[in-house]
Amino acid sequence: MTPEPSPEISEMEGAAALPRKNGELVFEAPWEGRAFGIAVALNEQGLYPWRSFRNSLVDRTVTDDAAGGITPYYEKWLAALETLLLQQGVVSAAELATRTEQYATGARDDDWDHED
Amino acid sequence: MSGDHHGHHPEPESPAALRARAIESLLVEKGLISTDAIDLIVRAYEQDIGPMNGARVVAKAWTDSAYKDRLLTDGTDAIAELGYGGNQGAEIVVLENTATVHNVVVCTLCSCYPWPVLGLPPSWYKSAPYRSRVVREPRSVLREFGLELGPEVEVRVWDSTAEVRYMVLPERPAGAESLSEPELAALVTRDAMIGVVKVQAPALAR
Repeated sequence: MTPEPSPEISEMEGAAALPRKNGELVFEAPWEGRAFGIAVALNEQGLYPWRSFRNSLVDRTVTDDAAGGITPYYEKWLAALETLLLQQGVVSAAELATRTEQYATGARDDDWDHED
Repeated sequence: MSGDHHGHHPEPESPAALRARAIESLLVEKGLISTDAIDLIVRAYEQDIGPMNGARVVAKAWTDSAYKDRLLTDGTDAIAELGYGGNQGAEIVVLENTATVHNVVVCTLCSCYPWPVLGLPPSWYKSAPYRSRVVREPRSVLREFGLELGPEVEVRVWDSTAEVRYMVLPERPAGAESLSEPELAALVTRDAMIGVVKVQAPALAR
């Protein structure tokens, strides 16, 4: 079953507007697509209403703009997602740091087959 | 395609890529998401053609002659009046089809398309045969779409670019006089706004 795209997500405007080229979503790297999918999937699961994610993303953008505004869109997206997950206690800062470190050092290298 | 890169990444992953990977892995572990579900979501949004805002633009032009004048004079501005835009700098030019002039749009180089009003382009629009043939033999191509034009009708083919995107304002069909603006919008198809078909009167529209 294919999920139905939600206009609330695909038609976001202003600072939250999804990067597009000739109408199609643009992901500069595979992880950007994953980060997009994760945030949307968690919303579909009912973990948060979309406006919570959107607000978190806009907050990031405002902070970034104040600092010069050079952070790529999906890095802000990922930071917004992290903030929301930590706030809701879905993941802890400690387990996220540990898991990231494990991937960085190669101590853990499992079924991630989306990098090419 | 897994298994060929384990343990020997050609380039170190960016910090963001590592964090995204860590988040996905933790969420999968907690049973909150599955990698397949994420794949499906990404694919669905990548293929989402988006809203056909253009149909509302056309219906408004059919019912409001002052709006129609503005639309034909400055398409980008008139379309922005209805809240549509975001074409990243590209101008939208609207071409009016009449009893004697039929406009049809193509992008011979790639697939430039007025997506803020028409969503994503259909696959035939991006195909090499359409892109080359509609310029050389527009009448034959239109015939294949089911549109037969008499010799008195001048056919104009417009080649889109990164800077200028074209949208066709189709002829308002006869027999649609009593319809409201939203009802008219429902008659307008994507293909009519590319110019490969006409808008059908309500009795004929499915």
